[in-house]
Amino acid sequence: MSTNPGVWVAVIMTIGIFSFLYKDNPLYKFCEHLFVGISLGYYVALYWNNGVIPKLYIPLFRQHNYFYLIPGFLGILYFSRFVRKYAYLSRWPMAFVLGAGSGLSIPAILQARIIAQMRGTMSDTFTVSYVVMVIGVLATLSYFFFSREHKGFLKIASGIGIVYIMVGFGATFGYTVMARVSLLIGRAQFLLRDWLGIID
Amino acid sequence: MDGVGRSLVRYWRSALPLVIVLWSVSGAASGATTPDTVTPEPPSPPSNVAAEDRSNDAGGSVVISWTKSADDGGGKESVVEYLVLRSTSLAGEFQQIGSVRSGVAQFVDQNSIDGTPYFYMVRASDGVSLSLPEVSEAASSSAQWFHTGRTNILVAGALLSFLVLLFIRKAKRGEELYIRPIAGLEAVDEAVGRATEMGKPIMYVPGIMDMDDIQTIASMIILGRVARKAAEYETALLVPTSRSLVMSAAQETVKEAYLDAGRPDAFDADRIRYLTDDQFGYAAGVDGLMLREVPGAIFYMGAFYAESLILAETGHSTGAIQIAGTAMPSQLPFFVTACDYTLIGEELFAASAYLSKEPLLLGSLKGQDWGKAISIAILVGGVILVSFGMSKIVEWLTTR
Repeated sequence: MSTNPGVWVAVIMTIGIFSFLYKDNPLYKFCEHLFVGISLGYYVALYWNNGVIPKLYIPLFRQHNYFYLIPGFLGILYFSRFVRKYAYLSRWPMAFVLGAGSGLSIPAILQARIIAQMRGTMSDTFTVSYVVMVIGVLATLSYFFFSREHKGFLKIASGIGIVYIMVGFGATFGYTVMARVSLLIGRAQFLLRDWLGIID
Repeated sequence: MDGVGRSLVRYWRSALPLVIVLWSVSGAASGATTPDTVTPEPPSPPSNVAAEDRSNDAGGSVVISWTKSADDGGGKESVVEYLVLRSTSLAGEFQQIGSVRSGVAQFVDQNSIDGTPYFYMVRASDGVSLSLPEVSEAASSSAQWFHTGRTNILVAGALLSFLVLLFIRKAKRGEELYIRPIAGLEAVDEAVGRATEMGKPIMYVPGIMDMDDIQTIASMIILGRVARKAAEYETALLVPTSRSLVMSAAQETVKEAYLDAGRPDAFDADRIRYLTDDQFGYAAGVDGLMLREVPGAIFYMGAFYAESLILAETGHSTGAIQIAGTAMPSQLPFFVTACDYTLIGEELFAASAYLSKEPLLLGSLKGQDWGKAISIAILVGGVILVSFGMSKIVEWLTTR
């Protein structure tokens, strides 16, 4: 059995979190609150050291790049939420984030999820699996038609589409469950090897 | 560059190898940055060294290319690498900026200052000695405003924007735009009603991504609808978030919904709380909340990752009616398995239009449907054309 205090702390936390499988209990509550609290503190430090200092303080106060006053000002507006009278000002940085987020992601999504997918569907290799794939792409796309009632040909096509979607989900489910099982095995190995020392 | 300048460059290009040989022999190059030991039989030098700004970039890059040495892949086959050196003047000292293995005839200088002309020297090396140098003409880097390799994205974006704007205009003029029923959305009112009957709160989980994610934005619109129903039924609404911005946006959304429902007094900002940015810390926190608050209905709408099954399984164990919606393909199977209703992919985005019936969103959805119809037409046409060996369309769709 391990004599390393770090291993013992990790074991108590692991058993505490696993105890949730039985029912909610004080040990799980302790582990949960510790986890949430520590991760919150960690992220505060992370944002301060990786965000505020290198992306605002250094450019503004050391490199004297006053362009950074604009994002700095927008960020400070966020704190207006603490004063009821001026709370509406916090909507400005939020609107900026929403607008910039949409503007940046739309071209990227067009490229990665539409144009690249269309290109990948066109191939000069005419095989059975290629035909199955093309039918699947067209049928699945037809399922996501919202402005027309699914009847007639569209009903048949979208019906085939949902079959393809479910087959895809089944494959993904099995694959991911296997990955999760390997995580569980990793934890079990930690308990049996690093803590109890009963396996090599 | 004027005529005199060009003559000067030609003169230096022809005289420079001799100058460098004399310089190394005399030992004057003892402080140089590259090995300059020239043996009696060094490899043949590369030729046609050319440098030009790398196109379609944000600047700071120059592409140097050359014709391989006669001893690279032929001749004595002695070349092991090429050394690339750079200087701001022909007469100045050339500093090595990189090397490439034999067989490669290109190097990208990614540390150039835009607008500064650089001369590039390339020398073949056999590991012991260096060939005579070859120097390029001056080249400088610059940024381009338009990426010509992404014209297809511009065309697709412009076409989609046109269609969306066209149908928004039609919707605003009062034209009726049909949206097919979406099973998961029909159940939203049912879920809120059931929680009310049971006297239990509603929990709304908006995913773990920030407000710059389109799924979170769609989630906020659905939250507005759920909050309005919750206000009308006087049912408590819990919204645990993993991002501070999402918490603020959710508070604004819920506050507005309560105001619309005529119940601003029932709004409780403390019920829309921030837990932590950490993925599994958030999952542990939400799980704890589920067990202690025992909600009657749980909504998972937004972007989810590995925590999806942990949340949905815990929610299921509490007996709550669960409705999920995400566009994360790898997490959808878990929601389909553990939830009563699931909005699959784009249904999440369609949901906001379906629920609100706002002309702006309805027109946008109709425009997107037309975009899909055009995509299907291009796909069918493209597959036929490519099958007959006409691959121009594939080239056009290839983004560089």
